[in-house]
Amino acid sequence: MINLTINGQQHELDVPDNMPLLWALRDVVGMKGTKFGCGIAQCGACTVHLDGVATRSCVTPVSAAKGEITTIEAMADDAVGQKVQQAWLDLGVAQCGYCQGGQIMNATALLKKTPKPDTREIVDAMAYNRILAAIERAADEEATS
Amino acid sequence: MSRSDDTLLLANVSRRGLLKGLAGGSALLLAARWDLSLANEQSQFGAGAMPGGWVDNPNVFIHIDSDGMVTIINNRAEMGQGIRTSLVMVAADELGANWDRVQARQADGDQDKYGNQNTDGSRSMRHWYDPMRRAAAAARLMLQQAAADQWQVPVHEVRAGIHKVVHPATGRELDFGALAEAARALDVPGRETLVLKSDSELRFIGKESGLINGELKSAYPKAIDGEDIVTGKAIFGADIELENTLYAVVARPPVYGAKVKSLDDSEALKVAGVKKTVRIEGSGQPAAFSPLGGVAVVATNTWAAMEGRRALKIEWDNAPAGDNADYTSDAYRESLEKAAQSPGKVIRQSGDVEAALKQADKRVSATYYMPHMAQAPMEPPVAVVRINNGKAEAWAPVQNPRATREGIAGLLEIDMENVTVHQTLLGGGFGRKSKPDFVIEAARVAKEFEGQPIKLQWSREDDIQHAYFHAASVDHLEAGLDGEGKATSWRHRTLSPSIVSLFAPDPKHKGAFELGMGFNTMPFSIPSIRLENPPAPAHVRIGWFRSVYNLPHAWAIQSFAHEMAEAAGKDHRDYVLDLLGPGREVHNLTVGDGWNYGEDPDQHPIDVARMRRVIERATEEAGWGREPQNGRGLGLAFHHSFVSYTAIVFDVEVGDGGELTIHRADIAFDCGPQANPERIRSQMEGSIVMGIGVALQSEVSFKDGIAQQSNFDKYLIPRMPDAPEVVRVHLIDNPDDAMGGAGEPGLPPVAPALCNAIYAATGKRIRRLPVGNQLQPS
Repeated sequence: MINLTINGQQHELDVPDNMPLLWALRDVVGMKGTKFGCGIAQCGACTVHLDGVATRSCVTPVSAAKGEITTIEAMADDAVGQKVQQAWLDLGVAQCGYCQGGQIMNATALLKKTPKPDTREIVDAMAYNRILAAIERAADEEATS
Repeated sequence: MSRSDDTLLLANVSRRGLLKGLAGGSALLLAARWDLSLANEQSQFGAGAMPGGWVDNPNVFIHIDSDGMVTIINNRAEMGQGIRTSLVMVAADELGANWDRVQARQADGDQDKYGNQNTDGSRSMRHWYDPMRRAAAAARLMLQQAAADQWQVPVHEVRAGIHKVVHPATGRELDFGALAEAARALDVPGRETLVLKSDSELRFIGKESGLINGELKSAYPKAIDGEDIVTGKAIFGADIELENTLYAVVARPPVYGAKVKSLDDSEALKVAGVKKTVRIEGSGQPAAFSPLGGVAVVATNTWAAMEGRRALKIEWDNAPAGDNADYTSDAYRESLEKAAQSPGKVIRQSGDVEAALKQADKRVSATYYMPHMAQAPMEPPVAVVRINNGKAEAWAPVQNPRATREGIAGLLEIDMENVTVHQTLLGGGFGRKSKPDFVIEAARVAKEFEGQPIKLQWSREDDIQHAYFHAASVDHLEAGLDGEGKATSWRHRTLSPSIVSLFAPDPKHKGAFELGMGFNTMPFSIPSIRLENPPAPAHVRIGWFRSVYNLPHAWAIQSFAHEMAEAAGKDHRDYVLDLLGPGREVHNLTVGDGWNYGEDPDQHPIDVARMRRVIERATEEAGWGREPQNGRGLGLAFHHSFVSYTAIVFDVEVGDGGELTIHRADIAFDCGPQANPERIRSQMEGSIVMGIGVALQSEVSFKDGIAQQSNFDKYLIPRMPDAPEVVRVHLIDNPDDAMGGAGEPGLPPVAPALCNAIYAATGKRIRRLPVGNQLQPS
């Protein structure tokens, strides 16, 4: 049994250790806001927060998801998340919207850490750095679990 | 006959005079416009020529609850172009609805009821603007009649306000909600009795909002799906949740046309959660929308199905694939380049090109290549299908619900009436989801699980390796210039596999709809022109990719025009304006284009004046002609497609190590009347980003019939650092011409403009896409 804390709630799941958090969220817990885009941590559509860090859930095994998992479903109740969502709406950011949950999770994590990021910091955070950090984190935890 | 002659005839006041007529409030123009608009729509052109045609019955599209909530039924696929918001805006504006009391509901696939639902070809707004306005105007008139009946006054004494009907003489008013039931019972008024709102009465249509060139002018009106999207509640294909669902993935033959020779699924069936494997028959060739075949693994969740698929041992039989198993894209490119040296099927000819080339003072020649690409929508193909008692029900992100119904009905050998298709939001389409093969595949699996929903998910690897690929293309051009550098002759040979090969024995030549995408419609005024189409066979599934064959045609023609200007020693803009010649309307039939995106060439000729205007606007806005700095350059390209006009200028910088920085893009766009300018801007912005991928990064190559890229680590698409630092969209204010498309026409000129800018910055000419590492010092 795997115990996950998702948006403050405890969930006990009967899934294999290596199941990516993405599929546990979507198919087992039934939370559909986190999206599947590539499965290899390239696109970011599956981004959640793990202890506040933007994390690609498609490459994060449930066994490594020990900590507070926060998903897009919780952002409406999050002060920073709310601001990001409102900015998205005001500017009409979304087109198809499929990856926007992931983008918003990424942006919110950035703003929580760096409240006034410069352009460079935004580009880095949204495109590259956090993917690396997330994969490394997932890999580390998998190796030690 | 020239346009100026035409406009003398009342019958030709037409749509081009439509908005002008409305603005002036001219009853005569309005009446003329109705007759003509209806005549056109019932003719062989436009919406009326599409399967299912158009419908403007208010009872089909508009429902008002007794609490006043207005529900507009949306019959087109929403894939990010914003049609659910834009068409609802059109209807709500004409109806007079309060935007906060309007919602959209997606129509199921039912072309008999809702008219044409095939969302492609940049057609949604240009085909549905008029019917939706008529439907809403009729609904408004019915509400007015209901109020007049209740108040026992003549209907001409009542007026419709915002979400209410008023009787000014007595000050009485009733909310739409209070009138809805009575209005619904009335007969739908005849079209001839409808009076559309004048421009000055409109609140949404044609109004700018949101982010305009980096500045927030006014908050964007609440987009229909906006809140659901930012909160994660929006329902895309994979988000359908039905009780008892099983999850499936499919191992498909790596080579197009191959079949399963042997299968060992014993290890797969041991994976926890795996229920069953299902052999899917190969489609054979041509595949059309049939599944490719292979082996489905069905499990209790997607991950288990994927793990099960990894454990399958399949031996493939390539024999049925024929020479597809030998397909290698590098060799294919070489073979097309060789074939381009010989004459091909003549598509268009004027003057004697061979003689003119011989007499030319200078000859320019170049060959361009554009590779296969995959549409790669952010949401990979996915579908949910349940089959029960001879009926099938599907939930899927499809651009063409009619083809989906037909495909499932064909597979199950049941009546189409017994197939229901619910259209979810599409996480991008780009042409991929015009092909419902993935839904039919899900139906095939669901056939084995009576009564149980099957959610069939494509992985990204599945999506890229088994796309309906954008045709690889070779375009060979040769031009003759006189002593002044003026073009005297133009010969263009275009070679690429045809989409027709998907549906019929491979014709090896492009069809009319493919040639009409910027090849024979090339608008340059050159004395001798010869356009040829040598043969090119298909070895993979070829399919629509946003803007389709406009991509290679624009890439080649716009690159080559720049090469001609360079050879002539002329400024690129001045040179192409001279190539285009004076503003005039080129009737499509005179250049051998009987297709014209399905539109009436009398209404939508190739308008050189409009082409010139977008070029002038984009270059002016970009500061064309300024002294170039070291390593920096401006590049221009333009194109006419989907009966709209686009020009773009890029400002780029290339560093010593070949690092490309895109400082700015200025795109000028003329689609005639603009229903929702904000979403037109976002389509241009998205086209620029997607076009940057086409130019710089995206390629699917093949070796022995197998796609060599499979995910975003190798099949590259633009990321944030690849986007221009500044994007400026310049919409041409042109309410007088007929409405054109907006979803696709932004894309074709992007790649050539970017490569022309790279040339201006570096002197390096790109003739093979993607640019990839070609800018790195050798």
